[in-house]
Amino acid sequence: MTDTSALSSATHTSTTQTVPGAPVEVSAGLQQPGPYFGEYGGRFVPESLIAALDELTAAWEAAKADPAFGLELSDLHRTYTGRPSIITEVPRFAAHAGGARIILKREDLNHTGSHKINNVLGQALLTKRIGKTRVIAETGAGQHGVATATAAALFGMDCVIYMGEVDTERQALNVARMRLLGAEVVAVTSGSRTLKDAINDAMRDWVTNVETTNYIFGTVAGPHPFPAMVRDLQRIIGDEAREQVIELTGSLPSAVAACVGGGSNAMGIFTAFIDDPEVALYGYEAAGDGADTPRHAATITKGRPGVLHGARSYLLQDEDGQTVESHSISAGLDYPGVGPEHAWLADIGRANYRPITDAQAMNALRLLSRTEGIIPAIESAHALAGALELGKELGPESVILVNLSGRGDKDMTTAGTYFDLLDAGAEQQ
Amino acid sequence: MSGASSSTSPVAARISQRRDDGTGALVGYLPIGFPDLDTSIEAAVALVENGVDILELGLPYSDPVMDGPVIQAAAQQSLANGFKLRHAFDAVRAVKERVSAPVLLMTYWNPIIQFGVDSFADQLQAAGGAGLITPDLVPDEATGWLAASDRTGLDRVFLAAPSSSETRLRRTAEVSRGFVYAVSTMGITGARADVDRAARGLVGRLRDVGVDGESAFTCVGIGISTGKQVREVLGYADGAIVGSALVAALAEGGVSAVAACAAGLSEGTAPVGADDAIAAVADVAREGSVSA
Ligand SMILES: Cc1ncc(COP(=O)(O)O)c(C=O)c1O
Repeated sequence: MTDTSALSSATHTSTTQTVPGAPVEVSAGLQQPGPYFGEYGGRFVPESLIAALDELTAAWEAAKADPAFGLELSDLHRTYTGRPSIITEVPRFAAHAGGARIILKREDLNHTGSHKINNVLGQALLTKRIGKTRVIAETGAGQHGVATATAAALFGMDCVIYMGEVDTERQALNVARMRLLGAEVVAVTSGSRTLKDAINDAMRDWVTNVETTNYIFGTVAGPHPFPAMVRDLQRIIGDEAREQVIELTGSLPSAVAACVGGGSNAMGIFTAFIDDPEVALYGYEAAGDGADTPRHAATITKGRPGVLHGARSYLLQDEDGQTVESHSISAGLDYPGVGPEHAWLADIGRANYRPITDAQAMNALRLLSRTEGIIPAIESAHALAGALELGKELGPESVILVNLSGRGDKDMTTAGTYFDLLDAGAEQQ
Repeated sequence: MSGASSSTSPVAARISQRRDDGTGALVGYLPIGFPDLDTSIEAAVALVENGVDILELGLPYSDPVMDGPVIQAAAQQSLANGFKLRHAFDAVRAVKERVSAPVLLMTYWNPIIQFGVDSFADQLQAAGGAGLITPDLVPDEATGWLAASDRTGLDRVFLAAPSSSETRLRRTAEVSRGFVYAVSTMGITGARADVDRAARGLVGRLRDVGVDGESAFTCVGIGISTGKQVREVLGYADGAIVGSALVAALAEGGVSAVAACAAGLSEGTAPVGADDAIAAVADVAREGSVSA
């Protein structure tokens, strides 16, 4: 790695010529600075939040331009997160994918067990920079909550995590982790009692306590600057992987695959390849019982444009614009919205978004466990299931880079029940 | 030109009239369809009969980020009972048949986008509605609504916050019509013991950018639950907006309770000097504002 800064976007080693030290030419490629991605994005929030969003935008622009900030963050990633994360080729798994080569980017090996830490450490450093002492966050699977509670412990900040009551039940271990780390976990009982309602309550907290509090948003959705800022903080995944895959195979991958909840791990791995037209980009949405049933979270596949949580994007909604509840076996993908940059990439055809059912994801989860000894998060298993399909489509000459966004430890209760692995006797005692 | 100063707005006209009385306007909020459509209409009429000058009827929405628990719960119940957007026009029409007070709708923005901004404006106007209060639409994102409201003459009430910059306050004052909605605390809706001091400062800053209280108006909302607070607010602002206290009264005691609550609140709009009336205000209102 030539990496000196975690935020460097000039790490491309082939196909694009970058002059070292030259400013990144955003307008030359598809990467957008926000607040708009085509007709998506923006800031549909109460006026009370505009000043805080302006402050955050300015602080982020200044931090991004400050080499000291980039160095501090990459130092943290090296000594705390465990970056760069490795890539692992998985031939025994790939044998089930029409013989395509499959390479995993191992975000599951990061401290706290997922890609969420990449974003959180950046935003926590930013919180310090703007002088706020309290952080709040929403969480679905609990991974973003755990990462935020971790950063708050590391930096000595007060921390409150909002989590839908339904999710506190299905991800009970992560609730215990957050509490152990010193965070207060608020079980949200309004609305559908899942991630979308946790975001509502976190926004309400922020509106009320904006003078002392920074909202560490967990994905590339929400009002500007979150979609662009979270992407910038996650792009390290793709920046590393692009070099690693080229080093391993001698060329760019044929396709990049990632699961899409709000879309941060997907934007994180897509961004480095976005101006490589020969690399196909695939985002896999949670189709729950099936995209053609009422129980799914396939926002781009089945939704239509609207406004939720401060941005215009695709959205699962009824004819009146009321948000429809989403369903997925994976708490981290159980969200009726999606980041605005994905909406735009879908519309212009740069990225493809496809549905993966609960059953497909769980089969891929078991297959990777049994063939490679790697237990993925159920979220990430959606990308793995996608790669199994894609390999058969693209053929044995293809190389598919999959973002393994997290590890499966948090999902053992769900998987144990799903596959009937729990000792019935032990359970009954 | 400054919409907040439009002389064609019935909302502005009503505020102006109350200012001429030596006081200010009481704006009362209730969600449509809570506890059911008919009762919400009865309750709205009862507000006006008990001294509310301007009605603010809320469109129930699945993700109301600006609302506290009382209003959230009411909106959720209304949706569970089958509230649809078209019921908003029915409600406005039914209320306007019985009272002359102007009726504004308070709505989050996505339902309006999905309905179509232009057709929503047309149907609201046809139903006799005065305009929209838009808690999650800032003027920066409002191009379509600015055009639709200019075409129809509907009021457009935008929010101003203590944290808003002077540039933003100026822009908000410029594009608002009817009044500017000054958020009195940095928080969400919900009854509070004290109306935040920040409100006074914010109204002062709005005065500095042209919301002068004679041709353009500012109403203070969020946190008001007693007649005494209404009176305090009207000491420096042109109107006082009350929501959660009324919704809580309706939830607990039905139409008669919400009527009593409104009567208590409206004593705070008695012209200054009517001290006898004021003395009783705090007690009456405290009874009404069960969630204070
Ligand atoms: C392991 C893992 N992958 C993916 C996601 C989905 O989020 P995003 O789409 O923002 O990457 C989550 C969210 O909790 C997660 O924990």
